[in-house]
Amino acid sequence: MSAREEGVRRKPPKPPRRDFLRTLALVSGFVGASLVGFVPLVKGWAKRLRPPGALLEDDFLASCIKCGQCVQVCPVEAIRLADLTDGFGNGTPYIDSRQQACDFSCDGLQCVLACPTGALTHHINYPHEARMAVAKIERPDRCLAIRGEGFEGLARGADFQGKLRYDEIDRWNPIRVSDHPYDLEVCDLCVRQCPIEIRIAQCAAGSPPAGDPNQCPPEPAIRLVETGEAGGRATYAPEILSGCVGCGVCEMICPAEPGVIVMDDEGRGVIA
Amino acid sequence: MKKLIDSLAVMLGREPRRPAQDEISTKAQEIHDLKAANRDRDMSQHIKEERLKKASSPQIWRRRRWSVLIAVNLFFVVSDKLEIQALEGALTGSRFVGFHMADLNAALQVMLAFKQVLINLLIGVITVFVLWWLLGGRTFCSWVCPYHLLSELAEMIHVKLARRKLVKHHAFDRRARTWLWLIFAALAFVTGYTVFETISPTGILSRALIYGPGIALAWVLALLVFEILYSRRAWCRYACPIGLTYGLVGVTSPLEVEHELSKCFYDGACRQACLVPHALNCTVKGRGTRLKTTTGADCTRCGRCIDVCPTGALSFKFKGMGKRT
Repeated sequence: MSAREEGVRRKPPKPPRRDFLRTLALVSGFVGASLVGFVPLVKGWAKRLRPPGALLEDDFLASCIKCGQCVQVCPVEAIRLADLTDGFGNGTPYIDSRQQACDFSCDGLQCVLACPTGALTHHINYPHEARMAVAKIERPDRCLAIRGEGFEGLARGADFQGKLRYDEIDRWNPIRVSDHPYDLEVCDLCVRQCPIEIRIAQCAAGSPPAGDPNQCPPEPAIRLVETGEAGGRATYAPEILSGCVGCGVCEMICPAEPGVIVMDDEGRGVIA
Repeated sequence: MKKLIDSLAVMLGREPRRPAQDEISTKAQEIHDLKAANRDRDMSQHIKEERLKKASSPQIWRRRRWSVLIAVNLFFVVSDKLEIQALEGALTGSRFVGFHMADLNAALQVMLAFKQVLINLLIGVITVFVLWWLLGGRTFCSWVCPYHLLSELAEMIHVKLARRKLVKHHAFDRRARTWLWLIFAALAFVTGYTVFETISPTGILSRALIYGPGIALAWVLALLVFEILYSRRAWCRYACPIGLTYGLVGVTSPLEVEHELSKCFYDGACRQACLVPHALNCTVKGRGTRLKTTTGADCTRCGRCIDVCPTGALSFKFKGMGKRT
């Protein structure tokens, strides 16, 4: 119908039944399409390590406004946004800790401060208060310490893009792990690079991060325990302790391939 | 008040109606009668002026609008890439030089799903609410939403194909959008998930621009193909709850498109160009009730009608300000 015809006085045509069915199809199509987003959740395809301070998963998905402000403030670019394949989690932030863990090199939990909705709860102020997950020794047979081996070279090879802040090199700027070779008699990278253990050591030395004693973690997160001897070398086993925040640095830095440690979602918690 | 309720009802899906005789003012009726008696419109001075103006600056509002839309979306990108922290986040939630902004529909979904409101979110909602109330509500759609731009391009393709009879527009009942708005609000509340955000092309596109593309763009592409092949501007017209949310905000907005009855010769070009032709009921022959009326709440203030009106009968108007822009 052209606009000119519309001007002519005539009875407006009643929408026929076909139009009604077509409209019904449109509405159910869009609602249906959106509800497909439930599938990855039910199937557990979208189990993600969330940024520090994230509420428990259901609350987190409800409260996150999918804006990515947390992504933009992270100095090591640990946070990424999930795609449509995460269903209802489309646009929510997560951390792929084997590729780039959260090393708390911002000190002030910038992502938490950036979050406009409290999906990353504003109740936490310090790294040691986070419970993103808990580290888990998944493949002990590959662990160099358990085998009694040391480590020399680049932890993840020359092409690895991940970054860490090495206080002794640059207090302010994280650098590539591939720019930082190691030479260790016993591989203790998971303990050595643990942000919680680093903070505990700094506090013990009388210089807490940012000069703030509140930054001092109350409990250790990981340690190596001597287990015996194999082929004339002392063997050790990494042990995860109650202070672990699940940041994923031990998973990222582990030179074994695939890595020995993973982040276990069961350990996720939140300070109310 | 009656006008408000009418404008709301039409936005929610009622068909615009022919006004009753007693709703038409005496002066407006005089114009109607005058036009019926005298069809020699080409002599009118204002039409000659309008032709000159259109010849020198065609599509001026579309150009301005596209510039603003692209600038706003690029501002997010540039601010992130240069780390100048001028506009952080994405369209769903952002900070403009530190001030919180929250997309009203995304915020509504979060509030319904989470059932708690953080002060930052509330500040963002109020800021954005006032901003878009002032600027016309659905102005967000046509001046900011990135999907609107893509959809406008898809519309051009659709119209071209339709002219060659290769595709045909299929209309839907406009109440579909009202139902979708209610269903998505209910789903957020009942399931506790922001269900709509999963398929929101506005959020998907804004994030894709800022944080990089993903598979979600396939959904946006599917919508565009649907619009090209089957139903012109279907998402914005019949589905998008964001549009309805902003429409509700703009019901009493001071920024409107004004129709001047004496200059209108019912060419209908405006309604053919318009995303929401039901909002232009006053441009239908015999339906103008006053010498000057404004378009309804569903109007996105895109200015297409102003661009295409051959007789200069439509213009932007900010209530309370004498000078028309």
